[in-house]
Amino acid sequence: MTLPIFSASDDPGPSFADLLRRVRVTDPLPDGNHDLTITHGTTVLGVRYADGVVMAGDRRATSGNLISHKTMEKVFPADRYSGVAIAGAAGPAIEMVKLFQLQLEHYEKVEGTVLSLEGKANQLSGMVRSNLPAAMQGLAVVPLFGGFDQRRDVGRLFQYDVTGGRYEETDYVSSGSGSLHASTVVKLGFHPDLSRAAAIDLVVNALYRAAEEDSATGGPDLVRGIFPIVATITAEGYQQVDDAELRSCVETIVAGGASA
Amino acid sequence: MSMPFYVAPEQVMKDRADYARKGIARGRSAVAVLYSDGILVVAENASATLHKVSEIYDRIAFAGVGKYNEFDQLRIAGVRHADLKGFQYSREDVDARSLANAYAQMLGQIFTHEMKPMEVEILVAEVGLDPAADQVFHILYDGSVVDEDRYSVIGGDAEAIGSRLEAAFEPGLDLAGALHAAVSALAGPDRTLTAPELEVAVLARGNGRRAFRRLDDGDLAGMLTA
Repeated sequence: MTLPIFSASDDPGPSFADLLRRVRVTDPLPDGNHDLTITHGTTVLGVRYADGVVMAGDRRATSGNLISHKTMEKVFPADRYSGVAIAGAAGPAIEMVKLFQLQLEHYEKVEGTVLSLEGKANQLSGMVRSNLPAAMQGLAVVPLFGGFDQRRDVGRLFQYDVTGGRYEETDYVSSGSGSLHASTVVKLGFHPDLSRAAAIDLVVNALYRAAEEDSATGGPDLVRGIFPIVATITAEGYQQVDDAELRSCVETIVAGGASA
Repeated sequence: MSMPFYVAPEQVMKDRADYARKGIARGRSAVAVLYSDGILVVAENASATLHKVSEIYDRIAFAGVGKYNEFDQLRIAGVRHADLKGFQYSREDVDARSLANAYAQMLGQIFTHEMKPMEVEILVAEVGLDPAADQVFHILYDGSVVDEDRYSVIGGDAEAIGSRLEAAFEPGLDLAGALHAAVSALAGPDRTLTAPELEVAVLARGNGRRAFRRLDDGDLAGMLTA
């Protein structure tokens, strides 16, 4: 591999996606609709609370009627102070996350400063937008983005549509097949000054209820020890909530009765 | 048609080397020192924003002296090289040796084929999982590479700084000890360097995935006076 050096007029600047375009050709998607069974990730959500935001996702991935993975991860750190959660076609979604993480780090290293939270949200918007041709063929990726805005000292949440439309939400966001049920639970329990424990409780409960109503959403599995991925993003940065805490949270919900 | 004068190749190379050395000697120097928990890089740099020391990848750092625009161009190329490689293969496959080779190829090419050599001297440092795997590559304006295993000095005054560092260096220094050795070697007997005149960063084994961390003036002032 030789050093990627560009003339001043052709320089991709701090954009990793532009750099990729300069050095390699990505294969275009074949035309037409394809009747392929593709792995899909399902329900993810984000909720604002007193210290920042909490993001969560169930662990199930489906291919048509089959459950293809029981332990898929759908919530990822984007950088130290932001996270991204994905729903939709798993392959392109995970590729998008990988590119997004790299893009933020690449920008930080080339420019010597970190992008603003708004800037990061915009970058992701561009990536979702560039996936539109694939989305038209059934490979839609609809991420959620959340982070702690260090310049304003607040947690912020963004959701997207397949065209790259970016919508900032003040309270909570959700995406994926079980999102209707999950967001109803969040709507009923939401309060702007939720504590960390209450916010984690709320998202775990929302995923639990969504799993009851939506076949593509996986519930917590106390037997195998599979719990949702839950992460908080605050002034201290991105932190994944550990399984022990989630287990006790789930046990409380189960003890409280499934019909509650 | 006018005939160009014949100039012996030795003379051409010597002129270019002198030119590059003069350019490099105009700026301040930088040193990298291996310490117990990683690699310390110290540059004499009055600017707080125009960096001489930077992060390239998870475990790799870069330091350059000489002409700012030239080594900054090399730094950005290095970040791109590393990020592309990590994206195409795996993060583990990105290493300092291959980056140092790529730099050497490019600098060598420019030195022999272009009108003007690059007036830069650079360091590529990689912190290993254990101290034995730490690596520092010193790359010169003509593309020659030196692999250093204790410390490395780049810049115009390298010889004098190197001999001072040789006297102060011992294997297994802690961070504060390495910083003292590096700063006093850079300063020499007649000067003292204070925190705002220095740019300091470490590649520390204990820093998690991204080992690179800058030490700010507050950190430095505490360690320099201790």
